[in-house]
Formats: sequence, C-alpha cells, structure tokens
Amino acid sequence: MASHFATPIAAPAQTGVTMVEAIRQAMMEEMQRDPAVVAIGEDIGAYGGAFKVTDGLLAKFGRERVIETPIAETAIIGAACGMSFLGLRPVAEMQFIDFIACCFNQITNFVAKSHYLWGAPVPIVVRGPSGGGVHGGPFHSANPEMYFVHTPGLKVIYPSTPADAKGLLKSAIRDNNPVLFFEHKYLYRRIKEEMPAGDHLVPIGKAAIRREGRDLTILSYAAMVHTSMEAAEQLAKEGIEVEVIDLRTLLPLDRDAIITSVKKTNKLLVVHEDTKTGGIAGEIAAIVCEGAFEDLDGPIARVTAIDTPVPYSPTLEEYFMPNTEKVVAAARELAKY
Amino acid sequence: MSQPLTREQHLNLYYYMQLNRQLEERMVRLFRQNKIVGGLYSSLGQEAVSVGTASAVEKRDWIAPMIRNIGALLVKGVPPRDIFTQHMAKYTSPTKGKDGTSHFGDLKDLHIVSPISMLGDLIPVMTGVAMAGRYLGQNIVALTWIGDGGSSTGAFHEGLGLAAAQKAPFVLIVENNQWAYSTPVSRQVPVKNLADRAVAYGIQSSIVDGNDVVAVFNNTKYAVEECRAGRGPRLIEVKTMRMRGHAQHDPAEYVPKEMFDFWKSRDPIVLYEKFLTDNKIWDAKTKSELDAKIEKLLDVDQQFAEDSPMPPPEFAAEGVYCDGCHDISAEFKRPMSEVTPPGSGIDITYKLSDFPAGMGDAASVLKSANGGHSQHQKPQQKPQQQAGAPRPVLHANPARQPNTVQQAKPAQPQPAPRPAVAPVPPKPVPPIYPEDEFVEPERAAEPEGPRVPFGRGPKDKAFRDTAEAKVYSRVQKGRNSAAPANGNSKNFTPKSPAKNFSKSGGAKSFGKQGGKSQGKGGR
Repeated sequence: MASHFATPIAAPAQTGVTMVEAIRQAMMEEMQRDPAVVAIGEDIGAYGGAFKVTDGLLAKFGRERVIETPIAETAIIGAACGMSFLGLRPVAEMQFIDFIACCFNQITNFVAKSHYLWGAPVPIVVRGPSGGGVHGGPFHSANPEMYFVHTPGLKVIYPSTPADAKGLLKSAIRDNNPVLFFEHKYLYRRIKEEMPAGDHLVPIGKAAIRREGRDLTILSYAAMVHTSMEAAEQLAKEGIEVEVIDLRTLLPLDRDAIITSVKKTNKLLVVHEDTKTGGIAGEIAAIVCEGAFEDLDGPIARVTAIDTPVPYSPTLEEYFMPNTEKVVAAARELAKY
Repeated sequence: MSQPLTREQHLNLYYYMQLNRQLEERMVRLFRQNKIVGGLYSSLGQEAVSVGTASAVEKRDWIAPMIRNIGALLVKGVPPRDIFTQHMAKYTSPTKGKDGTSHFGDLKDLHIVSPISMLGDLIPVMTGVAMAGRYLGQNIVALTWIGDGGSSTGAFHEGLGLAAAQKAPFVLIVENNQWAYSTPVSRQVPVKNLADRAVAYGIQSSIVDGNDVVAVFNNTKYAVEECRAGRGPRLIEVKTMRMRGHAQHDPAEYVPKEMFDFWKSRDPIVLYEKFLTDNKIWDAKTKSELDAKIEKLLDVDQQFAEDSPMPPPEFAAEGVYCDGCHDISAEFKRPMSEVTPPGSGIDITYKLSDFPAGMGDAASVLKSANGGHSQHQKPQQKPQQQAGAPRPVLHANPARQPNTVQQAKPAQPQPAPRPAVAPVPPKPVPPIYPEDEFVEPERAAEPEGPRVPFGRGPKDKAFRDTAEAKVYSRVQKGRNSAAPANGNSKNFTPKSPAKNFSKSGGAKSFGKQGGKSQGKGGR
C-alpha cells in the first residue's frame, strides 16, 4: 500500500479560506502525504495554473511531480492513466473544463472501462474550472458533468463550498477509481469559509443538508446551492420553509438523501446550472417516481439553464442562467399544491 | 553490429511466429464453426513484427498490443488458452467474458496494457507508463504498436508530442501493413515513409523490413536500449503486409492480386525457416520437435477453451468500480527523499545559461535580413542518421540540479550520440506499393494585378463591368477552358491507385517499380 509513505497531516483550523486555496491545500497535503500523487496539466507549474490553483506546487515538489504538458488534453489523460497503471495517483488539470471534450474518448472509452473490462483500476482525478456567470463565453463556461454521469465507471463530484472542495478532493485522490472533479469558477474566490483542522476528508457519494425545512425540498449542487439558499431566505419571509440539499456528488448519487427529504416535504424542486434536457433533474425525477411517488403532493419542478450554448453578453447569460428570482417563483408555484 | 543471436533466441523467434500462426489458423476454423463470438482479425503475414518486437523487450518492460499483435502477447508470456477463451467469450478468459479478442492486460506480472479499439489512444497511455517508470526509478521501457491507419489519429500526435517533450523511454512501432481496413497508405498519408513523421517530433526513427524477424528484433533491441539509456523516445516503421481482409468478414477484394503475390513470396515464416536451414541453425528434427510442441500445446489449450463455461449472466453487473478489490501501490526504486520536500524543491524561474550568445543559430537568424524561414535547414532525409543533433538528455533529477532547466538550454552543436550498440545497417526495403504518389497539380501562376475584393465575383453585376474583372485570372481561365475534359482540370485530379495497379500489370513491373523507389529513397 502507498499508505506506508504517509506523513501525518497536522493542518490547523483556518478562517476565511477560499475555494482556490482549499483545493490547493488538498493537493499540497496529498502530495506531501504520498509521493505517488503527481500533478499533470497545462501551465500548472511555474505559472501555477490559469486560476493559480496549483501555485506553489512546482517549487515544492519539482518537475517530476508537477508535470507541465503540451496543449494536448488526450495526452494529459492518457499519460495520467498510464502512470496510474504503475501505482501513481495523478491529478490532471483541464485548464478550463470545457476542454475535457478534447479527451472525451480517452476518459469514456479507456479510463472509465478499464476496471470493468480487464480489472485495471485507474486512480486518477481530472479536475478543472467549470460553470458560468463570469461572462467567459460559450467555450469557457460549460457544465459538461452529465456526459460523464452517463458513463459507468467514473465518479463525478461538484462541490459548492471550500471545505467540501478540500475534503472531497482529498477523498478523490485516495479513491481507486477515476474521479472527475468540477470546480465552479464563480465560487473560486467569492466565498470564504472556515476550514476544519487536521486531515479533513469528506466522503464521496454523500449529499449534505444545507438548510432544514418542512414545506418543500430544493435539490441542487455547485453554485446553484448558493442561489437556492438565497431563494430559501426569501421564501422563509413568506412563510415557506424550504429544505436545501447539496448533492455534492453526482455519480454515484445519494439516492437515500433524495428519497428521505422528499418523504419529509412531499414536494421537490431541482435547481441546476446545466441545461435542461438531459440534466440531472430528469434523472432525479425518475428516482423519486420510483422510490417516493406516493409521497408527492405536487409535480416535480425544475429550474435550469435553457437549452442553448452559454451566451457571452451579460444580458444573454443572465437570461440563460437560473437565478434567485426564477427559483423563488418556481418554489412559490410548487408550494401552492 | 549488434550481438548475434544465440541459437536459443533464433529457435524462440521461430517458435513464437509459428505458434502465432497455428493459433490463428485454429481460430479461423473455430470461427467457421461459429465458436468465435465476435470478429476475428488475422495477423497472417505480420507475425515477424509482433514476435520480433516483443522479443526485444525485457520482462520488466511494458507493452500494449494492438488487435493483430497476438504474437507479442505470446512472447510476453500469455498462454494460448487466454487467446482462445477471449475470442470465445468464456468465463475462464482474462476478462471473464467482459471483452474479447486481445483486449486484456496484466498490470502485476506480465506488464501488458489492454488495447482499445480507438487507435492511437495507447500512445499517450504508454508515454505515461514510461514516465511513471522513470519517476519510480524502475528503468523500464514502454512499447506499443500503431498501424498506418492509426497514425492519422489525434491521439497519435498528441501522445508522440508529449513523449518527445518528456524524452520518455518509449518505443513506438508503426506497423505499416499497407491497408487501413480498405484504404491504402497512399490515400491516407502524403509522405513516403511513415517514419519521416518522427522528424517533426525531433525524435530518432528507423525503417525496417517487417517480414525479416531478425531485422525487426535487432532494430527494436537497439531502440529499447537507446530508450533505457535515456535517449528516447524512438519510432520504428516496419513495412509489412496484411495478408487477409480487415477481419474474417472482409475478402479484401480491393487489394490487387500482384500485391498479395509479392508479399506471399516474402512470407516471414517461410523466409525464416530458410534462413535457419541455410545457416545450419537447426535441422529437420529440431523443426519437427518444435512443431509438435506447438501442436500439443494448442490441442490442450483449445480443448480447455471449448470446455469452458460462458459467464453467468448476472456477472455483467459486477466490477464497474474498484471497491478495494485491488491493492494499488507504486514500487519506488529510488530514494524517497528525492521526490518529497525538501529534496524535491526547485527554483521555478527558467534559467538561460549563456543568453544571448547561447542562442546560436537562432541569434544569427534573428539578425539576418532574410528573416527566419530561408535559414532553416532542410529536414533530414534520414532521421535515423541525423548528424549533429543534440544528444537527448536524460530527464535529470531536478532535485540535484535546481538551477538548470533542460528545456531552456539552447541547442548547442554537440557530437552525435554514440550508440551503445551500432545501429543496424539499413536493409533494402522491399517494394511495398507501386508508385502512386499524388501528382502535384500544375497551377498557372496568378497574374499580377488587383485582387478581387472579398464578396465580389463574376455574378456581381457592378463588378463585372469594372476593369478589374478583366484581370481576375480564375474567372477568365474558367471561361476560356469551357470543356471540363480540358487538360487544365485533368491536372488537378490525382491518379487513382486502382488505376495504377491495373496499369502496372503483373508482379514483374511491380518489382521493378519498387526497385526504382529503393534507388530514389536510398534506404
């Protein structure tokens, strides 16, 4: 086991930690803990990555462990996969998660299937900045998570808070399976949080209740959790008590948490920034119909992005994305049942 | 010259080539009996490539075969029963029926990475294997194969680019079997030799007769040793011929008969048997003993496969995730202190050792009034003999040289690498494909004159009336040479290969043309 190299992690509790800092801490601590952990990607070394997530890794761990590559996403994922066959645990960065489409074949056909087909586990993490709201335009704002949620063999994580990002990334690096780790770039520096002390781990596949409520459930993940929380505040003033659940992991889904909450509130609204058709709301609706249909007092509602590419102009993007107003309006309608 | 092969090595090469062929012949019979579940992809005529290359790597080295590299699997230690059971989708197969053909691997003992059908993907994967092996201090070499067809994929170029940038101990065998399914090489790749592509990556390459197993072995052995010495990656193009269709369903009617005839006369096993006899390496008794051994082994393994059960249906639901069923560990064969802080720490600013004097050629190019391009050297004709090429530097341990970054060192003229083993002298490459290069279209030089503004053309009435229209060459040419059968348009049509084949008429002229190309190519 690689664990016999382990050095204990004695990180103190900290306040005001951003998501970028949390992810960097996770990488630092895991690379320190286990020399089998390496980082690979474009401009992740001297420059520290396009969003400075990997800043400082090169100086500390050197070029053999912080591997800067040509602009070649298929080569990045292929090499990470090959390295994992010798027991390494590479963390590959997509400069923007949109570029993951360039290595779609490598991930979905080789990485995801290796364990099932020929018993070769691929313990790699593919991480990168995703999501809109920062006017990045159609090629720097995507939420491509559902392509991969539809791929057996992968795990898909999309955290909404710095503490979760750190704890889940550390769990992902230690996981024996390929994990896609989406980092919402809108959240990178906009939220700060207290970071627990020590070797902070968050289990993969477990949702979190962000706010308790009795009238209806909002299921969401990533940046839309914060939008949903704002909506819940407003709705509380109107007397509607909303339960907000942060999925955190999209594959495997925490089915129990979904069913339990729906049985409690009897109404479900799913909010996601991904586009509507083929978004996870449809899958969740099916899960609820299979597991808690008798408990529903109203139709399963969803607030999502519209079925278009992410437009560039702020007015267009605002129209494209879900926001607090849209969530509040949908929740009000649902609460009437 | 490389070490001559021992008698045992010679007999092993024969044994595995013959085992490969006999195994596949049995599978053809099983296919006809409907006992093979999916497709069957023949490597008939290509045995020397699989066996010669795989025999040149060591046990610790890693390989990733393509579907036709069954011989390589056998050499690496896969028993024939695994090939039978895989094709028959049995529960006893390495993948327990989850996948077929040669799609399986072994990470722990045999160091084989499973192929997938998307060709080219294994190149970055094996580059990663090579990089990991170097990082762990294991001194291994990674080797994989790609076909002429697969060499057009993006993954080929991305992977080779990364391997070259990383100076990875990685050997790529480009198995040029003349056909990608039904498309000949000349319809896919506008270069004469696929090995020429290595120049673009700044890596060394060679070309070898893929039906000469000893040449394949020696060439690969040299490449593997170069990589192990830190002078990788290397590319080897082996020229051979796929003697069957893409798979059993394909009668390969698109292949000219002359081409099959030519290559049939160069059957790698027949050639090698003659070589062994002529050089008195074996006698009839040895041959019959080896053949009997093969028959016996295949009898037992085929029976095992036929008697094996199919997997239980519900087994389909198992094994998507590794839930602790595998122990994942990295075997470090170097001091851990080199790769963990503080030993791993470096100064991240790139250093130039003697800037700007060290820019060498680049400096003179920048000063030159003519600018850059005319100053560039012409690409070398023979990448394997590049003189004065900077010696590829071992991926040094940065911990030991914190102030030196290899990439930032400008290329200084250095003596050519002195190989540990002398390169195998290039053998005459057999004619493989008749002259069928695209005819460079003769384009008339555009006359001097004002260019037609974008969006304005002959149908634009306002334009048609202006003086500019008179010098718009393309319009005028088109009008003057009204008939489509005019010589002008003919020039733009590349000759079709089929046409050329029928014209070349017979094996004799085929061979002659090949001889001509040999003389020109100088290989």
